[in-house]
Amino acid sequence: MSAEKTENLDWLNQRFPLAKTWRAHVAEYYAPKNMGFWSIFGSLALLTLVLQIVTGIWLAMSYKPSSAEAFASIEYIMRDVDWGWLIRYMHSTGASAFFILIYLHMFRGLMWGSYRKPRELLWMIGLVLYLVMMATAFFGYLLPWGQMSYWGAQVIVNLFAAVPGIGEDLSVWVRGDYVISDATLNRFFAFHFLLPFVLAALVFLHIVALHHVGSSNPDGIEIKKGPKGNRWDEKAPADGIPFHPYYTVKDLVGVAVFLALFSLVVFYAPTMGGLFLEAPNFQPANPLQTPAHIAPVWYFTPYYAMLRAVPPMWGSQFPGVVVMFGAILIMFLLPWLDRSPVKSIRYKGPIFKVALGIFAVSFVVLAWLGMRPASDLSTLLSQIFTVLYFAFFLLMPIYSSLDKTKPVPERVTS
Amino acid sequence: MRKLIIATLLLLSPAMLMASETAHLEDADIDLHDTASLQRGAKYFMNYCMGCHSLQYMRYNRMAADLDIDEISLRENLLFGDAKPGDLMTNSMRPEDGEKWFGTAIPDLTLVTRWRSPDWVYTYLKSFYVDDTRPYGVNNVLFPLVGMPHVLGGLQGVQQPVMSEPHDGGEAVPVGVELVEEGSLSPEEYDTMVRDITAFLTYAGEPMKLERQRLGLYVLLFFGVFFLIAYFLKKEYWKDIH
Repeated sequence: MSAEKTENLDWLNQRFPLAKTWRAHVAEYYAPKNMGFWSIFGSLALLTLVLQIVTGIWLAMSYKPSSAEAFASIEYIMRDVDWGWLIRYMHSTGASAFFILIYLHMFRGLMWGSYRKPRELLWMIGLVLYLVMMATAFFGYLLPWGQMSYWGAQVIVNLFAAVPGIGEDLSVWVRGDYVISDATLNRFFAFHFLLPFVLAALVFLHIVALHHVGSSNPDGIEIKKGPKGNRWDEKAPADGIPFHPYYTVKDLVGVAVFLALFSLVVFYAPTMGGLFLEAPNFQPANPLQTPAHIAPVWYFTPYYAMLRAVPPMWGSQFPGVVVMFGAILIMFLLPWLDRSPVKSIRYKGPIFKVALGIFAVSFVVLAWLGMRPASDLSTLLSQIFTVLYFAFFLLMPIYSSLDKTKPVPERVTS
Repeated sequence: MRKLIIATLLLLSPAMLMASETAHLEDADIDLHDTASLQRGAKYFMNYCMGCHSLQYMRYNRMAADLDIDEISLRENLLFGDAKPGDLMTNSMRPEDGEKWFGTAIPDLTLVTRWRSPDWVYTYLKSFYVDDTRPYGVNNVLFPLVGMPHVLGGLQGVQQPVMSEPHDGGEAVPVGVELVEEGSLSPEEYDTMVRDITAFLTYAGEPMKLERQRLGLYVLLFFGVFFLIAYFLKKEYWKDIH
């Protein structure tokens, strides 16, 4: 670096910790050298959040949040705005991509035991991120004002009406009207614009917490507790390597693969066979005509299947709503449910491996069941897989302490 | 590991048993690269459909540009009334007129191939049959009790329904059609005409479809090169990490 540049940076560094922050969080943040393939999804999720914010702002420049104009303004973006179709398909594909990445990121957390001490709070911030992300997606899905936007929102807002006592008032308060209407669309647009910035703030907290406790790895070993001293710093963990350049170049490879797959969808299958953009949503919202089959977008369908699995009790759908939200809230308890002496699946015994397999399959099957029209068979299957989903968590204190674990090595393995 | 895979498949097997069944649709077999077909489809649409069905998200000049229709042909043959080339393709049918005359507000068709499908539109236009109980004397296998008359009936001819043969004593329902009296077009000519209309409506549903597929190739090539550079960069940096 030239002398002049250093001088300018000195001026800046005396007033703002630019170099210090860069060193602490990038150039001298020591990550385990064995993180491997599964570590990519956090970076990719962050990239997707940025992509969603940028494309979203450009969409907002031409979108009209009014029940009379919303649908037509989307078609205006698709046809008359320069590159509008690309921005719109990137945004609609990005929403689904974001959930795919986050589900893989969470699954990685389950495999590595990333929710265990000292990462309990990191895990919980992540869950709050997931909840806010779901809220953002839900608000955003109303904006195209198609049939599925309208009726999907109608069904989900009606869940609030199931709350005993205050339900009806609560749902009116959420909608701002007695039905989904222009007032609802306006406020959902406001929230859909706001929440991504809340997400960005939570991502900041997530990363601050991560860098405080250090990254996990497939061995589930704390490199900070191991021997000290590597080629860059004698006080840094011996098994750590600087995030930059090692993980930045590594993540760049992941970015290339991800963006190629992402482009494949954007350019060749933007509706993804009706999964990412549902066919009924190409019809403008019609409050007088209920579609034959209403289903939320795929990333909500596991919870929707759980909702439908629970029969009404005491003339109320409320128990189903409790189960549905419980499915997410129970994840907050995970750090204290796992009694295994080891963190990573690599050294856990067969019981945990089978349990995690059943859990992952249950989630996928529930997602599939939630997309389909309800039938006796699908309700029964939903009930079975809902029980399996919860069993993964509720029985964990028992099976994780019974499980035969393997000895954990002293140092990370490559 | 193999046990795990078998267990996974067993768990997923109920999903495979519940494969869905859909109504039989004929393959529209359209070709969006066939500009002549799209031009004919546009012509038919303007002459037979546009009186009632609008294409309100589509502009005349966009259609003309994409379908290689020059401005003079557009103005002389496709613009009616005081429509200008830059206008959206609307018509003067009001929703309340549709309700009064046909029992329902008449749908805009810009996106019909996206919320139905091209095959649906193609099959629908071939599935009208004579039904004296209906106000316009026709019904449709694919869309029972449809409010629309068979606008292309004079071209296609008269079709009778083919009824189902329920073996459990239930009521027979129309499942297909057969031509009993040819119209001014032969069945092959009519199929081509309906295919052209379907192709045009598919184009109108997503005018940028060919453009995005063309562009996608370059984007993918770019990421291919990007991947190679990133991959070798990573390899170079990581060669001293053991």
